Amino acid sequence: MMTTTSAVSFDIERIRADFPILDQEVNGRKLVYFDNAATTQKPVAVIEALMNYYRGYNANIHRGIHTLAEKATADFEASRRAVRDFLNAPSAEEIIFTSGTTMGINLVAQTYGRHFLKAGDEIIISGLEHHSNIVPWQMLAGEKGLTVRAIPVLENGELDMETFDTMLSDRTKIVAVNHASNSLGTVNPVKEIIAKAHAVGAVVLVDGAQASSHLEIDVQDLDVDFYAFSAHKLYGPTGIGALYGKRALLEAMPPYMGGGEMIKEVTFEKTTFNDLPYKFEAGTPNIADVVALKTALEYINSIGKSTISAYENHLLTYATEQVSQIEGVRIIGQAKEKISVLSFVLEGIHHQDIGIILDQQGIAVRTGHHCTQPVMDRFCILGTTRASFAFYNTIEEIDKLVAGLHRVKKLMA
Amino acid sequence: MTINETQDEIIEEFELFDDWEGKYEYIIDLGKKLAPFEEQFRTEDHIIKGCQSRVWLHAELNGDKVVFTADSDAIIVKGLISMLVKVLSRHTPEEIINADLYFMERVGLQQHLAQTRSNGLASMLKQMKTYALAFSALKN
Ligand SMILES: Cc1ncc(COP(=O)(O)O)c(C=O)c1O
Repeated sequence: MMTTTSAVSFDIERIRADFPILDQEVNGRKLVYFDNAATTQKPVAVIEALMNYYRGYNANIHRGIHTLAEKATADFEASRRAVRDFLNAPSAEEIIFTSGTTMGINLVAQTYGRHFLKAGDEIIISGLEHHSNIVPWQMLAGEKGLTVRAIPVLENGELDMETFDTMLSDRTKIVAVNHASNSLGTVNPVKEIIAKAHAVGAVVLVDGAQASSHLEIDVQDLDVDFYAFSAHKLYGPTGIGALYGKRALLEAMPPYMGGGEMIKEVTFEKTTFNDLPYKFEAGTPNIADVVALKTALEYINSIGKSTISAYENHLLTYATEQVSQIEGVRIIGQAKEKISVLSFVLEGIHHQDIGIILDQQGIAVRTGHHCTQPVMDRFCILGTTRASFAFYNTIEEIDKLVAGLHRVKKLMA
Repeated sequence: MTINETQDEIIEEFELFDDWEGKYEYIIDLGKKLAPFEEQFRTEDHIIKGCQSRVWLHAELNGDKVVFTADSDAIIVKGLISMLVKVLSRHTPEEIINADLYFMERVGLQQHLAQTRSNGLASMLKQMKTYALAFSALKN
């Protein structure tokens, strides 16, 4: 079956066949997986890349001179270049492998933040942040006597950019915001935020956990200082991600963890640190998952980001229209530009009850605060039901969600 | 009725349902019918926080029996609570401490007691036993 929208046409059946996990029943119904903002499913190619690595050439990298070690090292470094291209970074040395977005943010907080910030300095985050882009800054602030301030969120789920302008000053040293919000789907005007932050001399970290699978990312065009993402949210394995940082900043920053790989020479008197990016990659890295990350990026590129986002927008628009028509539904987050995340509350029905009854019908959604409690406080709610779509989802599945929600209402009436 | 007799009665009731909808309709109904929770106990020290829904639990000794009352802001959890209260309330601390709760599994609802559900139900059950332990220690 060909799914055709105004902007895109691709073979959805063929794409779904690449994701074996989708072909199963949950509670006696065909699985409908709408929890893609939490983690995406993996195509066969990624699963095979992991298996091929462990079956064929598992070896420790960068030190062995034997054939397997050379192949593992070559694939590992090829993945770094694939990430460079994915983000359009100037060089592969500016790509640091991490365990994910959370580690990327903590790395910047604990090295750049700890080294360069002093009492009285300010960090600006936003009211849309995931806890992992709040807590690392609070920990740093507590330790060093800094202030963390949050850009307020408007009723439609967009950031209050007028207030942001008034928050910036020469005390502002770091601005850390997400590119897209996981709980509301809002795409933030990061290019504008970066330009304004640079104008007062602050550096900017962008949390790309959500945006990286939906939007074209160009760190040079954004002029962003740090960009962090997680592979598991872009069809790759868990436990791996990358941090991009501008070379001059990375060079000025002290290392994060000490150990093997990150050193040049060690004596008991003195250690000299390795060059970028190894300075930030202490210990044996997550080689298998790095290798498979490259496969995930290749898979995304084979479809194309513009095809992906056009199709996902089509799903989001349809889902928003259909779900809005259900009596008692209030959509939380109606920003002009959104990734394919639909968050809503249903009047008089607890989100957990919605989640349980949808699960009985084989539909996987996320309910709760989505690790963004400040967002929930802002809208005076305890949580939402969130359906988040990927390019392997279909219009028919959205129809099942709508039918499922009607069933929830009937049961709860 | 003993704890096990109540459990067996619930299991029998659930045998009437042949699909998930009937089962959940019944649980939701139990939730709606749960005796109102006394507002004076709706305080921070009676709350059992789950990531998803909140549960309030109060326990007091009536003669030698423990009486539980509880509430939740989510209706399915409230229905499940209603069953737990029905099974464990009005028994001696010793009976509660030694209770082997098998009915949730037998009626196919054990997944709601899993910690991953983070609905406070598993913590509530633990808290019920803790109360029983405390009352038992008080007595001896
Ligand atoms: C916006 C955002 N930031 C950060 C994270 C944390 O990502 P990870 O748990 O992969 O480190 C997430 C994951 O849910 C997210 O959605």
